[in-house]
Amino acid sequence: MQQNQKLAKQLMKKSKTARYERFGHLLSLSALLLIMAIVLGIIIFIATKGLSTFFKDHISLKDFFGGVIWNPGTQTPSGQQAVGALPMIVGSFLVTILAAVVSTPFAIGTAVYMTEISPKRGAKILQPVTELLVGIPSVVYGFIGLSVVVPFVRHTFGGSGFGILSGTFVLFVMILPTIVSMTVDSLKAVPKYYRQASLALGATKWQTIWKVVLRAATPGILTAIVFGMARAFGEALAVQMVIGNAALMPHNLVSPASTLTSVLTAGMGNTVMGSLQNDALWSLALVLLVMSLFFNLLVHFIGRKGAFKK
Amino acid sequence: MNRTQKQSRTAILILRLIAGLVVLILAFLIGYIFITGLPNVSWRFLTSPAKAFTAGGGIGIQLFNSIYLLILAMLISLPIALGASIYLNEYAKDNWFTSTIRTAIEILSSLPSVVVGLFGFLLFVIQFNYGFSIISGALTLTIFNLPLLTRNIEEALAGVSDDQRQGGLGLGLSKYETIIHIVVPAALPGIISGIILCSGRVFGEAAALIYTAGQSAPALNFGDWNPFNIDSPLSPLRPAETLAVHIWKINSEGIMPDLTKVSSGAAAVLVLAILIFNLSARYIGRKVFEKMTSVN
Amino acid sequence: MLNSNNPTDRFIYHFNPEETTITMQTKNLEVYYGKTLAMQHADIQFKQNTITALIGPSGSGKSTFLRSLNRMNDDVATVKGQILYQGVDINQPKIDVYEVRRRIGMVFQRPNPFAKSIYGNITFALERRGIHDKRVLDEVVEKTLKQAAVWDQVKDNLHKSALSLSGGQAQRVCIARALAVQPDVLLLDEPASALDPVSTQQLEQTLRELKQDYTIIIVTHNMQQAARLSDYTVFFNLGEAIEYNKTRKVFTRPKIELTDDYVSGNFG
Ligand SMILES: Nc1ncnc2c1ncn2[C@@H]1O[C@H](COP(=O)(O)OP(=O)(O)O)[C@@H](O)[C@H]1O
Ligand SMILES: [Mg+2]
Repeated sequence: MQQNQKLAKQLMKKSKTARYERFGHLLSLSALLLIMAIVLGIIIFIATKGLSTFFKDHISLKDFFGGVIWNPGTQTPSGQQAVGALPMIVGSFLVTILAAVVSTPFAIGTAVYMTEISPKRGAKILQPVTELLVGIPSVVYGFIGLSVVVPFVRHTFGGSGFGILSGTFVLFVMILPTIVSMTVDSLKAVPKYYRQASLALGATKWQTIWKVVLRAATPGILTAIVFGMARAFGEALAVQMVIGNAALMPHNLVSPASTLTSVLTAGMGNTVMGSLQNDALWSLALVLLVMSLFFNLLVHFIGRKGAFKK
Repeated sequence: MNRTQKQSRTAILILRLIAGLVVLILAFLIGYIFITGLPNVSWRFLTSPAKAFTAGGGIGIQLFNSIYLLILAMLISLPIALGASIYLNEYAKDNWFTSTIRTAIEILSSLPSVVVGLFGFLLFVIQFNYGFSIISGALTLTIFNLPLLTRNIEEALAGVSDDQRQGGLGLGLSKYETIIHIVVPAALPGIISGIILCSGRVFGEAAALIYTAGQSAPALNFGDWNPFNIDSPLSPLRPAETLAVHIWKINSEGIMPDLTKVSSGAAAVLVLAILIFNLSARYIGRKVFEKMTSVN
Repeated sequence: MLNSNNPTDRFIYHFNPEETTITMQTKNLEVYYGKTLAMQHADIQFKQNTITALIGPSGSGKSTFLRSLNRMNDDVATVKGQILYQGVDINQPKIDVYEVRRRIGMVFQRPNPFAKSIYGNITFALERRGIHDKRVLDEVVEKTLKQAAVWDQVKDNLHKSALSLSGGQAQRVCIARALAVQPDVLLLDEPASALDPVSTQQLEQTLRELKQDYTIIIVTHNMQQAARLSDYTVFFNLGEAIEYNKTRKVFTRPKIELTDDYVSGNFG
């Protein structure tokens, strides 16, 4: 019995190992909480700054989202504050949607080629090349846009060459590899027997691709497109280098225009913290942030709707 | 041949054409970068400082800044990402707390980098008063880097067989010791590939840096490695324009007479660096794995 | 199909504690995965320096039972009841699980050497416990590898990666690794299921020798192995211990019909 109690005591002593465990658990948790705090910090900081245009400077939402003249600190001819963000908002949406519309057929076609038609060549050449292109810095895309796309547009359509069209083209090439590689992933996730069953039923290769494979992969492809759009919407420098940076409502695709990001990057250095000019820029940043959250939500929504039933 | 077969042939032909066109675009892109860029790259170009108003400048300081910022950002983000991924993969239970945090990390990873840069500007440059500096840039890049690095490390940890964890616990070791000394080493090939891939992304990032590390590259005294001197290359408080920022900056200003030459050279260097990062990620990961399982 | 079996129809042998040293004993054990009860009715005494085999169809709760004995189930399951180790209930919150697991070692189904050298695999847990004296470590490595009967095969390659070993050798190194922290109970969960017949034979021989110094509890799905190797056998079915007796008796004259059916290969 006495030996028994001695053993009990030994077994109940809190070991060094137990202390390690507590320490390690807390340490890794605090790293995670730090990231959480950063995310909250970003949202709170930018929301506070961005909202002060409306609460501190008393700009109305209508003037901000509906106005078409952007020159914060001055007044429009009709006597309103010139904080109309509509040109940039329209610019951002235009380049994003156009880039997605152009990219999507190319991306899907390429992805189908890589997985369904010539998987060998796909894996050998296209896969590594798309991976490399996903990683190419956006300034490089911007530079090529500036030295190839803008002159091309200028020669073909006249004008300066800067504008929505050039922005769209640069973004198209930029998000193409992203959409391709994500689409490839979702096509690969379609079980093999789907295809075999379809072919066995006498469907042609194309019918199998169109009616079976693409249909089964639709949620994944949609996610890929939304990711591409999110990237396009948030892209700053590549667009800023080719769009012309005129905060005007775009009248056509080849006149200088601007996006939220281009005005932000160009303007942030030239305004004084706390001024209306500066606050208005933060409001643009807030719009960017909200849109990014929206894209996130969209991805979640698609994911929930289309989770693969196995 | 019936109608549907014809239709199938045509459709597949179109798909081939699309793929071919995309290959052409991609090939043109890469070819353009290297063919216009590489002739401008020389040892002198890589090592001499930039010139704002006259031709013949290099990218030496910017290149150094890019590398220095990359190293600092990685040194800061690695322990945080490692800790976070350990928690997520090894400790987190399947509950609302975990899913909230995962959502937060997803949000961070999809945030436009210009927004991250503006946050860095507010917090580090203004609030902490670090100014446009290496340290502001490195901290901002850390934020930019954390979500992807965390995800990559988590994936590597998830790839380690549960048998390994059981082995450690069965010896009476704590979960934490098991993770740090058994699981993490076993995941090392994947972790290293993840780090290198993230490095490529950080190396090419510009939007997060223009308002944090700044857009100027003051001359450095490469004879002085005392980080407390402001013209020392190591000084954390000096502004530091990187290679990627440099390309953007000279093109938006449009003053430099040979800016196309310099930009194309710099772009080629950037893409070459990314290419090396991509290739070495696979190669080094595989080598580490071979070393760990090797007979000798 | 087994539902017709009367659940109280069990035979569990009990030792006389006055005459026998009981190393481990379970009382009123119940194991839950979430809300599902996976294991109950298994009041078993394990005699010192014997080999006890746990047999039964797959999913019958053998692993669940075994893993409860050194609290390896802590993270995944709720374990109720008493687990006595040398008379001390180790299934209490106050007990330090790490010390429990050190004393009650475990070897797993698939050999799981760490991504370290053979030497490093064995010394690792000791080093974590603050033992760094090279002489001591060298000694432990040699002693445990000899106990596990792989010393001759690996002694010239101690600094080779343990991941390069064959299945049989790796499993022995894992046994040596478990012995290095000086346990007195050794739990093995189907340790030979990933091994070829020759390695299995060698492993059994090793366990017979280890019996002199350790109390061994081994899960096996191989009835010949249980018959050859063990002194006592527990037969599990549907999460309950159905019969516990001397191995010879379980295999030749089982008291319960269900056991008879199982050992004569009529189901499972
Ligand atoms: N981690 C777990 N979570 C939930 N149920 C489990 C878990 N492990 C085992 N079980 C269930 O408990 C029962 C007993 O399993 P187990 O102890 O592994 O049986 P055996 O080792 O005899 O094959 C089975 O029904 C199994 O599905
Ligand atoms: Mg089992």
